Amino acid sequence: MWREWIPFWKPGLSPYGGDVDLLFAGLLLASSLVLGLLIFLLLLFCVRYRAGNPVDRGNHDSKSWHWEVGWTSASLVIFLLLFVWGASVFLEIYRTPQGELSVFVVAKQWMWKVQHTGGQAEINSLHMPVHRPMRLVMASQDVIHSFFVPALRLKHDVVPGRYQSLEIEAVTAGHYHLFCAEYCGTDHSGMIGEIVAMEPADYAKWLNDQAPANSLAREGGALFREFGCSGCHGANSSVHAPPLEGLYGKPVPLADGSIVTADDKYIRDSILLPRSQVAAGYQPLMPSFEGKVSEDQLLRLVVYIKSLADHAP
Amino acid sequence: MPEGRGFAPQYASVQHRDEAAEIGIWVFLATELLLFGGLLFAYFVYRHANPAAFAAASRHTDIVIGTANTAILLTSSFLVACAVDALQAGARRICIMLLIGAMLLGLLFLSLKATEYAGEYHEHLVPGINFSFAPPLADGAELFFTIYFVATSIHAIHMMIGIAVLAALAIMLRRTASTRLCAALRTAALYWHFVDAIWIVLFALIYLPGRSGA
Amino acid sequence: MTEPDYLNSSYTLRSWFLTTDHKRIAILYFASLIAFFFIGGAAATAIRIELATPQADLVSSDTYNRLFTMHGVIMVWFFLIPSIPNTLGNFIVPLMIGARDLAFPRLNLLSWYLFVAGGCVTLFAIVAGGIDTGWTFYTPFSTLYSNSYVIIAVTGIFIAGFSSILTGLNFIVTIHRLRAPGLTWYRLPLFVWSLYATSVILVLATPVLAITLVLLATERFFGVGIFDPKIGGDPLLFQHLFWFYSHPAVYIMILPGMGVVNELISCFSRKPVFGYKFVAWASLAIAAVGFLVWGHHMFVSGQSLLASLVFSFMSFIVAVPSAIKVFNWTATLHKGSLRFDAPMLYALGFLGLFTIGGLTGLFLACLAFDVHATDTYFVVAHFHYIMVGGMVTAYFGGLHYWWPKITGRLYSEYWARTAAVLIFFGFNLTFFPQFVLGAEGMPRRYHVYPPEFQVWNVLSSGGATILAAAYLLPMFYLGYSLFFGSRAPANPWDAPGLEWQTSSPPPELNFESQPVVTRAPYQYRTDFTAEPQNA
Repeated sequence: MWREWIPFWKPGLSPYGGDVDLLFAGLLLASSLVLGLLIFLLLLFCVRYRAGNPVDRGNHDSKSWHWEVGWTSASLVIFLLLFVWGASVFLEIYRTPQGELSVFVVAKQWMWKVQHTGGQAEINSLHMPVHRPMRLVMASQDVIHSFFVPALRLKHDVVPGRYQSLEIEAVTAGHYHLFCAEYCGTDHSGMIGEIVAMEPADYAKWLNDQAPANSLAREGGALFREFGCSGCHGANSSVHAPPLEGLYGKPVPLADGSIVTADDKYIRDSILLPRSQVAAGYQPLMPSFEGKVSEDQLLRLVVYIKSLADHAP
Repeated sequence: MPEGRGFAPQYASVQHRDEAAEIGIWVFLATELLLFGGLLFAYFVYRHANPAAFAAASRHTDIVIGTANTAILLTSSFLVACAVDALQAGARRICIMLLIGAMLLGLLFLSLKATEYAGEYHEHLVPGINFSFAPPLADGAELFFTIYFVATSIHAIHMMIGIAVLAALAIMLRRTASTRLCAALRTAALYWHFVDAIWIVLFALIYLPGRSGA
Repeated sequence: MTEPDYLNSSYTLRSWFLTTDHKRIAILYFASLIAFFFIGGAAATAIRIELATPQADLVSSDTYNRLFTMHGVIMVWFFLIPSIPNTLGNFIVPLMIGARDLAFPRLNLLSWYLFVAGGCVTLFAIVAGGIDTGWTFYTPFSTLYSNSYVIIAVTGIFIAGFSSILTGLNFIVTIHRLRAPGLTWYRLPLFVWSLYATSVILVLATPVLAITLVLLATERFFGVGIFDPKIGGDPLLFQHLFWFYSHPAVYIMILPGMGVVNELISCFSRKPVFGYKFVAWASLAIAAVGFLVWGHHMFVSGQSLLASLVFSFMSFIVAVPSAIKVFNWTATLHKGSLRFDAPMLYALGFLGLFTIGGLTGLFLACLAFDVHATDTYFVVAHFHYIMVGGMVTAYFGGLHYWWPKITGRLYSEYWARTAAVLIFFGFNLTFFPQFVLGAEGMPRRYHVYPPEFQVWNVLSSGGATILAAAYLLPMFYLGYSLFFGSRAPANPWDAPGLEWQTSSPPPELNFESQPVVTRAPYQYRTDFTAEPQNA
């Protein structure tokens, strides 16, 4: 493998890790050539044209613009090639296909809390099967953090106030570092964990061993009643509130005429800022749950409402 | 330094010095423009995110005072422009009178602004101190009023500086009307007009959004 | 009897602290910058000692966070940004353009007072308990979560910002209006061009920082949510505003260094700078395009894909004028008659280090690699190659080059060359390992780190020891030369620039009579004479 020829560089272990490594190798090669050329010229000129060395120094500034145009366009072309290369790999990394395994990640000072859909919870570690993309839905409870797995060549900031999704996939089983890369206060450097990539069978076994009494959706269902959501959104409610069965993933017409898709972000926003996106045909009656519900509870509610997607409305 | 020269040694002539001062104030105004530019950028980002809240919040501003203040500032700018002309024509007393008029209008602007602030305080519209707003749009409205207070108070600070500069010039003009003061007055006038122009932009962004059209 | 000059014209405290002479103000700046350089350097030393082992052993995490914040804040705002413009620029620009002073001497003095006031306020915040936000002050950490003296520190930076603005304004007007008769734009030394470009950024970018800091302080003080997501604010807006200033600020820090290098390379190759017009306009191109690349700090922050693509593209574009400069400097050496005095060693060191810094900048502009490398030591290494390897090296080069003019004394060439070589090797040993650390994935601002990173950290800390010693050396031999160095002639390098056509140190009003410029700059001859610009 060509990658072994780059010293100190452990290969990337995500499907596109190789592409990033190849890009890095390309950048290294291009830079080394330029730097090598520069050092060669510097040394050459320094020796050859040192004061007192009798060499020809005649007519030294003729036609300088030939050179200028030459090296300007050469650097421009090389830079543009590098831009296109970097951008195309980037677009590959940040594609977000729908419908694969999804896992919730809540970042807070100074830990990573991971919630699998089955209710398995972890702190500062994330178990995942190899060769299967996993969609992370990430939220921060306080400041900006950044989810960084060097072995997967992947990083994404976790900004408070929004869900951010990120697709990760590993091709080799093993334990990898998980770092917080955005400075987040006192114990920033302690906010580290590990990614445990496992063979699918081991992963299934792990999920089984860790399975809690209740799945996330069931816990979400309990919260749904506890917070009184069912009082209005329930089937027998006297309040005119939109039903949530079969809602997830569908387009929702809003009162202002626009249409949004009922995804994680929409549901989260509707709980926290209910009056910002009111469904068409309903009154803005719902109170905000901002400050009343934690990120952990929020994601359970989201999973619960998601689980209602298959129910007929 | 050659004795008796009325200008600093780095200049070749009085005119040379005055030209430098004029370029200087234009560069300074470019700085000022970017200062307010950053603020306006924040305003537009949030207005784009919360159009309804910004319109609703804007309807809670006092358009009567706002309009009056706009008229007052425009008039004061007119007086300052006349003062520059008067001084160039050698009418020093008229120039001073015009400057005093402009300063009084400036003070009137500030006191109206203070009244407006007091009114907003009573209506619980001051974020961080006593903000309350009808819930659906409260968040956006709080952003609006935060930016409103930051922008108008920075503008008011500029007004105070402007008034102080005009006052200093008026006092110096009572004694003499040197060419140096003439150039200084032109520079100060540019600054005054700039602060005026900023207000016109702020007026449109603060008082009008909720009131135009629908 | 000594000739009357700006140094011996008066010795009272008043004649220094109320001076309007650009040369004395430059000295005032120089003295205060040395103080800030050592404060910031002390923080860096503590950081490198702490990082020699993976565990926390010297300081607590809170202290560590305060150390790197202090290092960043002091070095960026109180050393790098004012370094070349306010010392060498202040001293040399009026001399270079044949003026008796800057356009607004009192503004210049005010600028120094603002700088010192801002510095004192920020130092107070550091002494009172420190700031732990990092020099970037990212919200909502800085506004809602940090328990440190953020508002005071920000106030200090705000005040210092006005100093920057006034300096920029002064330079712009001076360069426009006070050039000597015959000194057309294309006869200006390239140092003046680069300071002009720098000043444009100072004037246009600094106010955006000022308003950003006002919003930050407002949010923190009044508890209102301008950047707080809980009430609909956007933390990323802060980053956009902050980097709109802080990326151009990187060019504030490097452009003057490039300017100095033009003078050095030309002088010690005894040749005009190759492609003068291209180098001159490259400075302005960097200043202009530099305003359009700030989003490359935010590729992984969740900004839109399109924005990331545009900013990546612009970041590659802004590298073109820098590349043009490097090629032109190299071409300047061709068929020159090279002498390797200390300033030239610094200039050659600059060429190598700046090129490495610039090339690794391309790595970071490259979207897919930036995802991996951003917020790691790769970034730390990259910007230190530009800021320290580039700017500080150029600063030292310029300082040595103009030292005879500024002080009227000659320093020890032997020690100066030793220091230049030591700085070059110490620097590379300190910062090159950090590229490896970053590529392997060590995040920046980490107090404790996984043990596998230790080897490279130890190398880096070892290099830092050499670097620290090398930076102390000039203190001694330059200090020594002040009192015991031999008297410098007016034109020790046989250079054609106007600043060399007056005595060393220059008289109070710079020139006996108004110089009239008759030819292009850099008319060196290989027999180590030169044709003065004004003869």
